[in-house]
Amino acid sequence: MKIAVSAQGKDLDANVDPRFGRAPYFIIIDPDTMEYEAVDNKQSLNMPQGAGVQAAMTVINQNAEVLLTGNCGPKAFRAFKAANVDVITGVKGTVKEAVEKFKRGEYKIASAPSVRSHWS
Amino acid sequence: MIITIASGKGGTGKTTLSTNLATFLGKEAQLLDCDVEEPNAHLFLDIKWDEKQTVTAVIPEVDEEKCSHCGECGEICQFKAIAPLESTVLVFPELCHSCRGCFLVCPEDAIKEGSRELGVLETGHFNSTEFTHGRLRIGEAMAPPLIKKVKERIKPDKIAILDAPPGTSCPVVNTMMDSDYIVLVTEPTPFGLHDLKLAVGVTKKLGIPCGIVINRHGIGDNKVEQWAENQEIPVLLKIPFDRKVAEIYAEGKLLVEELPEWSGMMKDLITKIRKTVDR
Repeated sequence: MKIAVSAQGKDLDANVDPRFGRAPYFIIIDPDTMEYEAVDNKQSLNMPQGAGVQAAMTVINQNAEVLLTGNCGPKAFRAFKAANVDVITGVKGTVKEAVEKFKRGEYKIASAPSVRSHWS
Repeated sequence: MIITIASGKGGTGKTTLSTNLATFLGKEAQLLDCDVEEPNAHLFLDIKWDEKQTVTAVIPEVDEEKCSHCGECGEICQFKAIAPLESTVLVFPELCHSCRGCFLVCPEDAIKEGSRELGVLETGHFNSTEFTHGRLRIGEAMAPPLIKKVKERIKPDKIAILDAPPGTSCPVVNTMMDSDYIVLVTEPTPFGLHDLKLAVGVTKKLGIPCGIVINRHGIGDNKVEQWAENQEIPVLLKIPFDRKVAEIYAEGKLLVEELPEWSGMMKDLITKIRKTVDR
């Protein structure tokens, strides 16, 4: 199983980025082995709009089954639902702390986007 | 001839000038309110409405039966309005710019034309002057496609007066494009001057001649005039700061119909514009 964490840096000590679409990196990690890879979200950062959709595509294409992040908007949320990726919002601390908490089952899967669209 | 009335700073008197100039010119003119996000010229005019139509933009609609999930549509879309997933293709209508790129690259011919409502286009007339404006649908973020529809109603044999939105962003640029002359309405204040400089910058990029109208002349300072002189941009008209003008405006009336000197002011203004455009 692979999970994705929106991160401000490239390793496990990096802080979780509260922004999903505009996070600089996604840490794609196997919580059982703690083996991970940092995926650059540069493509979304340069976009004037649609960053959330692009970032969701990036995460989905990494075959992650769960996303840990701060906030997730309605368009990215819709994409994750369609791709059967569970979204967990309100995540804070370092990537490592977040993954540990996830393993202990301390998070609840979000049933709705945590923030509104930038367009309405 | 197409004349755009723009400003930079909001609330300087674009609509006041547009409605009064168009009324003064009568059947020679047509007035087009291009501020589709907040059209207000009609409030000052006794308009007999002739036509109303809904304006839409083309968006992709995916035939899931035909789709092979190759991902080409998502690759070409610069706005991520279409997101191909393994199991389905998501369309985000509000992000689509109607470029039809996805229609062209789809190898399965699986993308059909859908539509998103942009707003309505309304036409009518007041006295013998033709009037057109657009009203953007609430929630719609893209004004330029509707502004372009309003501008399709421009008639080459008329003096088209275009009431522009405030600012210097895409809707303003789209309004100004193809104009023969741009009138920039400002006020003699630091805010007025700051935004005037930005607006003049846009007219220069577009290569369209411009002139300045100073409204509420007498308040603030003379820095707008000094700057205009340095830049060699003509000050076409100074509208004095006058309580009477504010009262007539607040009653929704037209200055050319209430104050005799306004006809002369409008005549002088159009003469100056004509001299530049005809040169």
